[in-house]
Amino acid sequence: MIVLASLTILLPFAAAFAGMLLGPRLSRLLRPRKVEPVPGGGPATTEQAWWRAAITAERSPLRNGPALLACLPLALAAVFAAIVAFTVWRSPGARTGTLTLIETGSVPIRVGLQADGLAAVVGLMVCCVALAVQVYSIAYMAKDPRYSSYAAFISLFTAAMLLVVYSGDLLLLYVGWEVMGVCSYFLIGHHWEDRANSRAAVKAFLVTRLGDVGFLLGILALGVGAKSFVIEDVLARLSEMPHATVTAAAFLLLAGVAGKSAQFPLHTWLPDAMAGPTPISALIHAATMVAAGIFVVARLYGVFVTGSGVLTLLGVLAVVSMVGSALAALAQDDIKRVLAYSTISQLAVMAAGLAVGADTAAIFHLLTHGAFKALLFLAAGSVILVTGSNLLGRYGGLRRAMPVTFWSMTVGLAALVGLPPVSGWFSKDAVIEAAQHAALHGDPEPQGWFSATPIPETGPPPPSITQFHGGALKAYAEANFTQVNWVAPPLPGWAAWLVYLGLLLTVALTAAYAVRLWLMTFFGEQRGDFEPREAPKLMTWTVAALAVPAAIMGFFGGGAEELRPHVGSALIALALAGLGGGAAFLLWNRDPARDPARVLGPVRPVLERGFYVDELYALVIVRPVRAAARLVVAADARGIDAAVVGAAGAARRLGGALRAPQNGNPQTYLTGLLAGVVVIAAVVVVFL
Amino acid sequence: MIFLLLTAIPLLAALALLVPAGRFLPGDAAVARFGVAVSGATLLVALSAVTAFDFGAPERMQLEIDRAWAPAIGLRFHLGADGVSLPLILLTALLTFLCFLYTAKHPPAGDRVRLFTALLLVLEVGLLGTFVALDLVLFFVFFEVVLIPMYAVIAIWGGAGRRAAAYKFILYTLLGSGLLLAGMLLVGVNAGTLDMTELAARHGSGLTHGVQVTAFVLMGLGFAVKAPMWPLHTWLPDAHTAAPTVGSVLLAGVLLKMGTYGLVRVALPLAPDGAAFWAPWLGLFAVIGIVWGSLACLAQTDLKRMIAYSSVGHMGFVLLGIATLTPVGVNAALFGNIAHGLITGLLFFLAGAVKDRYGTGDLRELGGGMLTSAPRLASILTFASVASLGLPGLAGFWGEMLALLGAYKPHADLPRTTFVVFMAVGALGAVLTAAYFLRMLARITHGPVPDARLTAGPVAAVSRYEYAAWIPLVVLTLLVGLWPKTLLDVTTAPVRALLGGG
Repeated sequence: MIVLASLTILLPFAAAFAGMLLGPRLSRLLRPRKVEPVPGGGPATTEQAWWRAAITAERSPLRNGPALLACLPLALAAVFAAIVAFTVWRSPGARTGTLTLIETGSVPIRVGLQADGLAAVVGLMVCCVALAVQVYSIAYMAKDPRYSSYAAFISLFTAAMLLVVYSGDLLLLYVGWEVMGVCSYFLIGHHWEDRANSRAAVKAFLVTRLGDVGFLLGILALGVGAKSFVIEDVLARLSEMPHATVTAAAFLLLAGVAGKSAQFPLHTWLPDAMAGPTPISALIHAATMVAAGIFVVARLYGVFVTGSGVLTLLGVLAVVSMVGSALAALAQDDIKRVLAYSTISQLAVMAAGLAVGADTAAIFHLLTHGAFKALLFLAAGSVILVTGSNLLGRYGGLRRAMPVTFWSMTVGLAALVGLPPVSGWFSKDAVIEAAQHAALHGDPEPQGWFSATPIPETGPPPPSITQFHGGALKAYAEANFTQVNWVAPPLPGWAAWLVYLGLLLTVALTAAYAVRLWLMTFFGEQRGDFEPREAPKLMTWTVAALAVPAAIMGFFGGGAEELRPHVGSALIALALAGLGGGAAFLLWNRDPARDPARVLGPVRPVLERGFYVDELYALVIVRPVRAAARLVVAADARGIDAAVVGAAGAARRLGGALRAPQNGNPQTYLTGLLAGVVVIAAVVVVFL
Repeated sequence: MIFLLLTAIPLLAALALLVPAGRFLPGDAAVARFGVAVSGATLLVALSAVTAFDFGAPERMQLEIDRAWAPAIGLRFHLGADGVSLPLILLTALLTFLCFLYTAKHPPAGDRVRLFTALLLVLEVGLLGTFVALDLVLFFVFFEVVLIPMYAVIAIWGGAGRRAAAYKFILYTLLGSGLLLAGMLLVGVNAGTLDMTELAARHGSGLTHGVQVTAFVLMGLGFAVKAPMWPLHTWLPDAHTAAPTVGSVLLAGVLLKMGTYGLVRVALPLAPDGAAFWAPWLGLFAVIGIVWGSLACLAQTDLKRMIAYSSVGHMGFVLLGIATLTPVGVNAALFGNIAHGLITGLLFFLAGAVKDRYGTGDLRELGGGMLTSAPRLASILTFASVASLGLPGLAGFWGEMLALLGAYKPHADLPRTTFVVFMAVGALGAVLTAAYFLRMLARITHGPVPDARLTAGPVAAVSRYEYAAWIPLVVLTLLVGLWPKTLLDVTTAPVRALLGGG
């Protein structure tokens, strides 16, 4: 079991090194068909050259060294992850394994893994989405002269995320967490010829790194408090630790979560990260990176529940993120930026679920979101390949030329909005229902078939036994039937209402921007100058394959009571979605050639720039740091170093003063001698 | 005996180079090969010392040689190694060997290879001797042997402003050495012995509180100049920038470690009371150094100078680890030493290669697009920068992380709140570290190639000798980063012993 889990991590990891070092060589060995050299590659490639390269690459995937090295190990890893998930499903419970113990002189680091229900399903999702991205990239990135390093970094990215998922030790988790950060830097900046991409990559790394500082300090506080970095031990000893320590650690961890999962106020990197190739956006938004933040909250839910006020803050940040980014998504021109803001918004929905104590629903939404957001980004990539543009204003009327992409994207957008019976409806409804419950009744519903948290011995929070009913995941649910779970303390009334109303507002806004995107892309007249046709098959099929889980995954949640749709909340949400979507449709229908977002009027630039948060940060953080840097250099040169050099000068001057009597003139010496004799004589006469 | 051999080989080889060129090794190529062979032999001896070392008891002094030297004043010729010094010995031998390998194909500007080789060999004697010496005066002798060759290397083969930089380097460090000698003699006279193992075993018993406090501040200042600790660091950027590539590599890779090694090996165990008294100050200066160095890097325009300032920040983490006076903190310091030696050594090699190829180290003049014009070089530079900014899974991370862990829970006698503040500030300094490295990478490796460069013709590919010098550092950075146990298992036990079984 643990061996399989570790192989799941190690295969993509090894694939990354092999692809980096041997990929092109293997290609030469396999003697590929003659690919027309694409001069320069990168974003400046002409559409025709790109297209021809994609078709050639698609016809000979087995002769493509980097592609083989990237896809085969990952496919194998996906199989292993499926076996792990299946085993955990059949005989539930956490399995742990330790490779070695590293002594540090204080708290040791345990290099070990932990495969439980939560890790198994998320790990499987990660492998599947990453595999889809890799297969899709074979055609999409065929034009690229640096495809081999690109594929290798995806493999490394996947391995890092899997390490986060399966890790049984907080520091090991942190290793994966940070490696993901640097992979995102390399992949977002893949087309580094353009300075804008390079800036986006640096921004993504630095913003998440800022959050990660908090995350690392939180881990250290927990580890020292529990005298162990093992996740199980930390959760088991929460009640013995000082309450203040746990609360502080939870807030610090929250900083890292906000950074990785792009929640306010550390969300600014995600829209800019669209500078990366489109499959990378799919990877970052669906399977890795942003999912890690939500995953970690679920993994360490006990810490967040025990620390007081943390969930309230999480809920408030989630509301700000979800409403703000949904508004921003309304006004974007770039299809990828619409989807990027929608990711922030949907992650905030998960965070809201966690805040109101619905951790199962949140993870469920993470899984369905993984499927439909990967689908949406890959489909957007197909549209971009065909039209040669990112801008919604240049699309139009694509539904006839791109039927597969159209229907897949329709499923994806329906899931995003939360229309029955596609997956997003089930998961979002579960979150909304939990928020409604919290707002109306004040206490969270019992949750938890994903969690495998150990029993707290004493103290808060009060344990409650979760109950489950039949269905597809019944056995999964029984996994933890006897287990006791963390129950979130009720949010303060105002916060619960805020979360609930925020969720409802977001539903309406989500419907509006999703409908706008759908109509502007696939309906009306063609506005840009391009030849409409379907994307290469390798890409279309991948997108279509992802449409299957995006459509039906919701039914798998039927096994757990809290994941079943509820009539009341579902009706309210549907009515609001209809309102938002209907408004977008009516506005569009007035003049299909024009952008419905025009009605936003003077507010639009504000929304388009994401409320000027970037500009604010530049003013408050970036500029002062730069000024401080200049100040330090000046202080070093004119203060500290000047003192050092000055000391040398002073020594020389002192030497000069002492040298004055030693001028080699006998007269001076004799005069001095005589004067000395006179003085001594005088002293002797006077005092003796 | 093995350590006698270790120091004797480079010493005898350096003496052999005194024979006139007409009689022995005519021609620069022969001298270069001689340098490679001698340092290679030294590396082999160091490796055999590692194989002879009993890793079951790394806290014990092993492979000792202990002879009377000047019995009248109690001096002994005492060499040996434990888990603290062994990794540093290997690092020194390795880096020197790689430097010779690099010099064989890329001699420093200004020729006189014979003198250069001889000086580097003498430098190696001093460096290795410092890490194996177990007698205070012997330690001091080796500590000082290092200065003259390094001074000459900077002053003769350096770049612009080499005279001033060389003077500043030698006068500053000599001043520190004076204080160090005074501190050591204070301990030696009061304790009645100069033997470091014996003094360490006593853990300061027999020395009054006042003597310990005075001795620690004297020795501490001496080592702090070398490390360097803020605000005693201003010699370092000048020396690094002016020194030739190989000089910078050894200066950053090994010379700075003599300061922190000295703190761990000499100052902490000999005067523990003094250490406890001064530790908060040491921590304060260390943290200021972290932030100061990072901020200074953000505003640098010269590649070498930036890397030099980054050393101030990284050594700040090492000093912070020492200041916690905990096993984990001192472990962090030793780990940070090795990691910094590997990574910054590599960075200086790369900076030298960039300067050779582009004729400048100025970030603005370099323009951008190095990933296009010299992809391999730029990739290795990216790797080294990412390692240096402390990415987990590479060597740089563990030293920083353990130092923060130590600062979160320092020694029981130290003020906890103060150190927790140090921890938070130091961790923010790590973000700044990432910021300046990414800024540098974005400036020179990303973006389009400037037109002026396009016309200048292709950039020379990475030569085989360069690969030979860099690949071992890359591999070790990965190895130590992915498997920190290799190093921590060796250092943990001796560190506990040095800190009095803590």
